[in-house]
Amino acid sequence: MNPFTYSRPGDIDEAISLFSAGSRYIAGGTNLLDLMKENVTRPAGLIDITRLPLHDIEETAEGGLRIGALVSNSDLAWDPRIEQRYPLLAKAILAGASPQLRNMATTGGNLLQRTRCYYFYDTGTPCNKREPGTGCSARDGLNRIHAILGHSPECIAVHPSDMCVAMAALEAMVIVQGAGGERRIPFADFHRLPGDTPELDNNLEDGELITALELPAQSFADHSAYLKVRDRASYAFALVSVAAALEMKDGTIHAARIALGGVAHKPWRKPAAEALLTDQPATPESFEKAADVLLEGASGFNDNAFKIELARRSIVRALSEAAAGDAQ
Amino acid sequence: MSTNNPGTGTRAEAHTVALELNGERRELEVQPWTTLLDLLREQLGLTGTKKGCDHGQCGACTVLLNGRRINSCLTLAVMQDGASIVTVEGLANGGELHPMQAAFVEHDAYQCGYCTPGQICSAIGMIGEGRAQSKEDVREQMSGNLCRCGAYPNILAAIDDAAEQTREALGKESNP
Repeated sequence: MNPFTYSRPGDIDEAISLFSAGSRYIAGGTNLLDLMKENVTRPAGLIDITRLPLHDIEETAEGGLRIGALVSNSDLAWDPRIEQRYPLLAKAILAGASPQLRNMATTGGNLLQRTRCYYFYDTGTPCNKREPGTGCSARDGLNRIHAILGHSPECIAVHPSDMCVAMAALEAMVIVQGAGGERRIPFADFHRLPGDTPELDNNLEDGELITALELPAQSFADHSAYLKVRDRASYAFALVSVAAALEMKDGTIHAARIALGGVAHKPWRKPAAEALLTDQPATPESFEKAADVLLEGASGFNDNAFKIELARRSIVRALSEAAAGDAQ
Repeated sequence: MSTNNPGTGTRAEAHTVALELNGERRELEVQPWTTLLDLLREQLGLTGTKKGCDHGQCGACTVLLNGRRINSCLTLAVMQDGASIVTVEGLANGGELHPMQAAFVEHDAYQCGYCTPGQICSAIGMIGEGRAQSKEDVREQMSGNLCRCGAYPNILAAIDDAAEQTREALGKESNP
């Protein structure tokens, strides 16, 4: 790692005031330190936020939960309120990384983890995300794990998180604080598509700090499923993942949420696909129609075109599991 | 607690951290970029904890931080000021091996041995978490520790064998 300075603020305002160009906040560090070892990220200074008072999970007035940004992935997945009320979120978190990493990684940091595109990590190759304007090595290179939706000529990387796929389906709110005060960002607007600025993964302003995520009261506890398809049974990133959540009565769907992971630069949702399921019977035919809408415009590259059919089948299976109610 | 001001110059300075390391209180000078793993191995000569991939992918560097298993390669020593750390060197009670260590010997749960300290620390951490109810659970929850020799069946047998004694040992620690 390159030399850097280190500071450890005791409160949020101090942390934000310490931020300057070249600074990075650090909490779990599981991705940031890896990127620093690979010379992909070279911060001039690290601001250690682990002592800030953001470790609690609290009830909100609206009947949801407010999750402090520093709650570890393990603590979140194993919190009885999450297990009982938001099993979709617990399952998605436990599908990701390893127990050691989940003990270290934080809720806020999970949102900010970067793509695992091989070329983003390989400083010997061009990469528009790492060095804007140098080109995309993945388009004509090894692209088995890459995007089939929302990609651009400049970047075909995917966001690697499992947790974020569930957060997208649950419509969490991201609470951030910066020099200008607090902002609330709907989850769908937090991450972004690459377009011609793939160096930007999300819509945070410089120096803004994620302080919490808020889950709404609607938890889809009775009918949700997280399906992760990958090259080995554990401890691997998703080729495709699906968070499916339904509100049902007597076999009819009253509300549906579907989010895909491993297929785009952000968790992929399409309101039209969800609307198509509303007031419909929970049948494979309905689910196939929703999958078609969700995957409209999908296109693959040399190694990853298989993901389109894989995603279609995974969507149908996850929705079937959610409808059956035996949470997977 | 050390909170050196980074704004006073471009040259980073060493920081003082206080750790409880294998039951002993230590005050140490560390550079900001020293990982916990490098502190243990390079600065303190505690080479039981292994550097496998150095990227959090293999689990060979697993230690117990405040009782929880973590990858010591992916955290900075300076961030662990005030923490309690147990490495494989701190598991035995005098000349008596920890039940998990003894079970690894008994079941020949290794070949080259390089992943073993991480496997043992991870297994103890897993039992402390109390989430593994079946052999299938153990397989899933030990997936962060790779064994290139493929000693997995014996590793699982050792963990199964030592689980109850390890639970008892952990219970005594938390209720002194």
